[in-house]
Amino acid sequence: MSQTTTTPPSAPAEASNRVTLGWSNRLLARPEVGALVAAIVIFIFFLVVAPAFRSPASFFTVLYQSSTIGIVAVAVGMLMIGGEFDLSAGVIVTTAGLVNAMFCYQLGINLIVGAVLSLVFSLLIGFLNGYLVVRTGIPSFLITLGTFFVLQGANLGVTKLVTGSVSTPNINQMAGYGTLDAIFASSFKIGSVTVEITVIWWFLFVALSAFILQRTRIGNWIYAVGGNADSARAVGVPVKAVKIGLFMTVSFLGWFIGMHTLYKFDTLQAGNGIGNEFLYIIAAVVGGTLLTGGFGNAIGVAIGAFIFGMTSLCIVYAGWDPNWFRAFLGVMLLLAVMVNLYVKRLSTARKVG
Amino acid sequence: MTDTLSEHADPGLHSGEPLIEMKDVGKTYGAIRALKGINLTVRAGEVTCVLGDNGAGKSTLIKIMAGLHPHNEGTMKVDGKEVSFGSPRESLDHGIATVYQDLAVVSLMEVWRNFFLGSELTSGKGPFATLRIADMKRIADEELRKMGVVVKDINQPIGTLSGGQRQCVAIARAVYFGARVLILDEPTAALGVKQSGVVLKYTAAARDAGLGVVFITHNPHHAYLVGNHFVILKLGQAVLDKKRADVGLDELTRQMAGGDELTELSHELQK
Repeated sequence: MSQTTTTPPSAPAEASNRVTLGWSNRLLARPEVGALVAAIVIFIFFLVVAPAFRSPASFFTVLYQSSTIGIVAVAVGMLMIGGEFDLSAGVIVTTAGLVNAMFCYQLGINLIVGAVLSLVFSLLIGFLNGYLVVRTGIPSFLITLGTFFVLQGANLGVTKLVTGSVSTPNINQMAGYGTLDAIFASSFKIGSVTVEITVIWWFLFVALSAFILQRTRIGNWIYAVGGNADSARAVGVPVKAVKIGLFMTVSFLGWFIGMHTLYKFDTLQAGNGIGNEFLYIIAAVVGGTLLTGGFGNAIGVAIGAFIFGMTSLCIVYAGWDPNWFRAFLGVMLLLAVMVNLYVKRLSTARKVG
Repeated sequence: MTDTLSEHADPGLHSGEPLIEMKDVGKTYGAIRALKGINLTVRAGEVTCVLGDNGAGKSTLIKIMAGLHPHNEGTMKVDGKEVSFGSPRESLDHGIATVYQDLAVVSLMEVWRNFFLGSELTSGKGPFATLRIADMKRIADEELRKMGVVVKDINQPIGTLSGGQRQCVAIARAVYFGARVLILDEPTAALGVKQSGVVLKYTAAARDAGLGVVFITHNPHHAYLVGNHFVILKLGQAVLDKKRADVGLDELTRQMAGGDELTELSHELQK
């Protein structure tokens, strides 16, 4: 085990017909490189056409905008690396906020209790998504499409039933508000620049996700489960537990942003969040995550979210009609998918016959 | 080439000692009978070849031993104790490792990550224990070199290796992690002559290191090169069960090609 000097006779023949990848191909085969290049190009483009973008303050506004999508996208990216989808991620955010707000307001309970209850409820939804997917074998697209509609309807229905309108009452006078507001929705100043706390949280979650994916056993399992669930299972990876865990991670970070939205605006519209699930998926895909699983990383997803934040605001900074934003996002998605396909071919092409 | 094997093979293995004993094992999926009355003994230091046409029940037999589906008739003993596996993990914990033809590895993952998948080295405990990446890369590279698989870069996705090399990585991995019984599912089916040779050599090396090997194939020529014991399955039942001394390649080939049915067919066609 300690010395490696003896090379068997069959080895040279095997080695001689192998082609080595050049450094440029190796670089291209990293998931986040395409997104990074795109981010830099878009950044420079808007620096040129949108003068209002050229200030630290607007840069941090962009970061804040990115973080509101980016935090959930961290989990959605991990889930997609694990080979699954979650269409309910957008409405879970609203559900989490609604549960907290209405439960506490109607019963006059401390908001912290409600936040914990809402966390448990969100995790339960994630567990249910995951459990149904691994138990039935039905594609997660369909299962979570189902929960998406259930939650969307329930958000509106229950809110109307409880409050008589489609928004929750203002909660900023209730017990526990200060603590939760400080955790989820506060901001602080560095010089003249306002930094929203979600930006810090976003960076932390990205770092944690990158660490888990690259440096821990669970990360290894997530890639394996998404890359080839059968062979992962055959070597003893708990495929079902990993997948359920990933769905619960999505609902956890969904809850986190739900808390942010609630404590930022103090009141919630029950119809919020619909459509955001696609933004998370776009951030992940633009960041180099393969739709079919097994490939991608946390940095890429973060860059994907940053591209989203940058374009959504800079279109306004540039003085254009913001309606173009979604068209732009669609183009980005198409480009990203094509780059991903190319990269996947490059990194899996067999070099030996 | 056998360094890895002899180093990591369980020293408690004695050649000829039965590792898996199956008695009258059967399996039904609902109303469909996939396997019936199988008697099979896997002995240490021997290659037991299971041959059969498509649909003969080979895969079902593997799945029972590998823990993918439990059997529902008869008894299976591992090291003398009766078992019924509910998951691949249980089977692995009994020292039974299965290398599948097409799903041996995760192609997009690096060679070293594949090598250690499911048995990663970590420092510390708990879900956030860090992987010992440098150690894993070094060990994987060393072990693969010892068996003649020289990868240019241990960080390359395993999908870039050839089919034979991927099989070898999967076999080496199983042996490295202390497998006592190695189940090889059609290891040579998708390979060329030279690649098959590499895999067969490695199969023989595993046998010589004292492991019990179950070699599943539909190629009697490959089976006869390494086998000590031959079982031919047909429609879920064993139609031939002989030691190497009692059977020749001709008979194996004839049985695999259809045996008496083929003779009948040739008579019919000659009319």
